[in-house]
Amino acid sequence: MRRLKRILPADGLLQKSADVAVYECDGLPVYRARPLAVALPRTVAEVGRVLALCTEYDIPVVSRGAGTGLSGGALPHPRGIVLALSRLDRIVSIDPDNQVARVEPGVRNLAISEAARPFGLFYAPDPSSQIACTIGGNVAENAGGVHCLKYGLTTHNVLALKFFDSGGTLHEAGGPTGEAPLDLCALLTGSEGLLGVVVEITVRLRPRPPATVAWLAAFRSLQEAAASVREVISQGVIPAGLELMDGLALSAAQDYTGIPYPEGAAAVVLAEVDGDDLAVALDSERLRAVFTAQGAFAIERAARDEDRRRLWLGRKSAFPAVGRLAPDYYCMDGTIPRRSLVPVLTEIGALSRRYDLPVANVFHAGDGNLHPLILYDAAVPGQLERVEALGADILRLCLDCGGTISGEHGVGVEKLDGMCAQFTAAELAIFHALKSAFDPYHVLNPGKAVPTPARCVEPGGMHVHGGRLPFARLERF
Amino acid sequence: MTDHDATETLAEAVRAAYGAAAPIEIVGGGTRRAFGRAPIGTPLSVAAHTGIVEYDPNEFVVTVRAGTPIGRLEEILARERQALAADVPRAGAASTIGGALAIGLTGPSRPFSGALRDAVLGVRLISGTGEVLRFGGRVLKNVAGYDVSRLMVGAYGTLGLILDVSLRTAPRAEVTEVRDVALNWPSARAALRRWEGGLPMTGACYTEGVLSVRFAGRTERVAAACRIMGGESGDPALFTGLRDLQGAFFARPGDLWRLLVPPDTPWDPPETLIDWAGAQRFWRVAGDPAAVLACAARSRGQAMRLLGTDRSRGPWGAGVPATMALMGRIKAAMDPRAILNRGRLYPDW
Ligand SMILES: Cc1cc2nc3c(=O)[nH]c(=O)nc-3n(C[C@H](O)[C@H](O)[C@H](O)COP(=O)(O)OP(=O)(O)OC[C@H]3O[C@@H](n4cnc5c(N)ncnc54)[C@H](O)[C@@H]3O)c2cc1C
Repeated sequence: MRRLKRILPADGLLQKSADVAVYECDGLPVYRARPLAVALPRTVAEVGRVLALCTEYDIPVVSRGAGTGLSGGALPHPRGIVLALSRLDRIVSIDPDNQVARVEPGVRNLAISEAARPFGLFYAPDPSSQIACTIGGNVAENAGGVHCLKYGLTTHNVLALKFFDSGGTLHEAGGPTGEAPLDLCALLTGSEGLLGVVVEITVRLRPRPPATVAWLAAFRSLQEAAASVREVISQGVIPAGLELMDGLALSAAQDYTGIPYPEGAAAVVLAEVDGDDLAVALDSERLRAVFTAQGAFAIERAARDEDRRRLWLGRKSAFPAVGRLAPDYYCMDGTIPRRSLVPVLTEIGALSRRYDLPVANVFHAGDGNLHPLILYDAAVPGQLERVEALGADILRLCLDCGGTISGEHGVGVEKLDGMCAQFTAAELAIFHALKSAFDPYHVLNPGKAVPTPARCVEPGGMHVHGGRLPFARLERF
Repeated sequence: MTDHDATETLAEAVRAAYGAAAPIEIVGGGTRRAFGRAPIGTPLSVAAHTGIVEYDPNEFVVTVRAGTPIGRLEEILARERQALAADVPRAGAASTIGGALAIGLTGPSRPFSGALRDAVLGVRLISGTGEVLRFGGRVLKNVAGYDVSRLMVGAYGTLGLILDVSLRTAPRAEVTEVRDVALNWPSARAALRRWEGGLPMTGACYTEGVLSVRFAGRTERVAAACRIMGGESGDPALFTGLRDLQGAFFARPGDLWRLLVPPDTPWDPPETLIDWAGAQRFWRVAGDPAAVLACAARSRGQAMRLLGTDRSRGPWGAGVPATMALMGRIKAAMDPRAILNRGRLYPDW
């Protein structure tokens, strides 16, 4: 600790329990742990020295951005330190001619687009948490957002990275176009802080589209709404965003924002198209035709910025809005093929009734990324366990129809059991081998994201359910 | 050609090679064997592992066996009025999708519709120990586990034998038009910047004072774009040639280098062909590559030798030692006995 203190600026090491308390959990507060200390470096060089020291003493290091992660990725290690990167928050450069920004990891997602705005540019991936979350955290989780359907996820927008391996050696990966002999950027992106500590990110900026129009289509059933999502894409329209909200989410959002939705809507689909005027007009025409054919009973269009904001406000504030319906909510995250939207949403409804727990659905429908929000009260004994069982059932549904246990929130500590169901022992062994290539002593975020083989064969995990082995058709162990 | 699943045969062959620590050269259609260093090992053909595993046009995802010729895959997609989401080069009629992934090049539409690796959602592969493994998936968003699928693209087959790949597809363009206009390079760049995000571009290249742009998409938009750009009608073969590294420029003698640079980089000597709206530049170099390397350094870019007579040189120069060592450990994680395409990317693995 003394040596750590010497490396860091005067106010750069937190040890008092009152100071450390805010770092005990991330956006998934059901998991908490107290770290030995929190290191807050201000420079890249300090990060390297902290890492070298921690490796020397075998002290686990958990990197942290803004702590908005939803899978416990930034949960502290009780024998380790938290390496908080929030003070590395410089925008190193914006190069409008080449449409790139070089930033430090603690820069907030939205701050990049704000800095690029004077040049008519923006950074496309826009997680709902974008006012708070950091670009470093986005890289570590491969974050997505509403506009990822058209513009891609974090991994598609990162051109180059500088990162430290666990020993404190700095590496540079990528280049002007992101080409490389081995795509280290791809490995680091979505690695949840297990492979390296990212200290500089070069992202691609895009020109702001000249025209943008948002559409809202209201349906009398969730199934019709879900079917329309698939039809929009089948028609060859790739909206910038294509989102769905069910009845429970709508009523919560309406109460929260005071902006009414069409009376009698069981679900709405929100779609945004952008580009030049002609592209927007052509896509809009097709959207309207699809929504009408699929049984939408009300369709609204918003072209002016202010009207669009109004149309989106309910979606953007859906999480806090749903949060007011119950003392607690649990946000699930899984992806399925679009063809399975209708059956899976129907089955989630049935599960919700069976477990007697309300579930609201607000999600990135265009890319099949579900976010069922399970409402509950942690103070009632046994409820959290029921929520977890329901959550596991939902993830199993996703896997059974060829999907994945995490679309964008990551595995963290939350979905370690799900990993056992999605991957074989041999596949997990490759993940461990890759981890060891970057971090031979397992100093970086140990115990997260990739389960040990031992954990996967323990009975009682999600893959042994009701005495029978699910996923029987998959070759799993 | 019939559909055939050769997983077992291929895995058996790799397991045997692993047991004997005997290197193998992975061969698809055999049309790209001139890329990279000359590998050491007995050829193992993936060409018999062909066919579509799953294709639901409404999902815009196709899962295909690696030995499938690209031309055949495109025919199947074309029946549904679709195409691959990325511009995939082919070196000849036999070129397979697996070979395209291993070499990892993307054609002229790269700046507009993404790199080949951006279109990859998941792979099934055989590791260097002969195990059949699956990474990624068939859905658009998937953050479970490290992104091994993207890692495979451009690794020259040194990390695994690709069995199947799930790729994104896109609606086929209604029409394609190429326009040429005479401009100097700075004006051409400025025009491209103005048009980006607005006009439906799928290619932009520059050579000897002429900017050529390919537009593709809906009839109305392409017509409007052609009016805005002006100039005269150009040759679509220019862009397919760029994609496949064929045509007059590529027929010239000398080693073929590519430079990856910030797109605004000035126009260098006249033997250069600018692609990717400025970000990729092809050079033909006879002998000493010092000029290419200097240009890459000046523009903070990368130089890569695609094809050349001296097969002892690799596509990428040696990097910083610590990072080279890290890449070596990644190689060892996937292929501990270095039996897959040994020497193809770097001399020692
Ligand atoms: C209301 C709300 C809405 C959300 N909406 C979305 C959404 O739409 N899409 C989406 O994808 N996510 C969403 N999230 C989840 C979360 O915001 C993202 O995962 C985000 O990327 C996390 O960033 P962070 O800075 O908070 O990272 P943290 O939570 O601090 O850390 C996340 C992980 O990254 C690691 N890490 C952080 N910085 C670094 C670094 N520099 N180097 C290496 N590892 C690092 C940590 O160790 C941890 O494992 C939402 C969360 C909330 C609370």
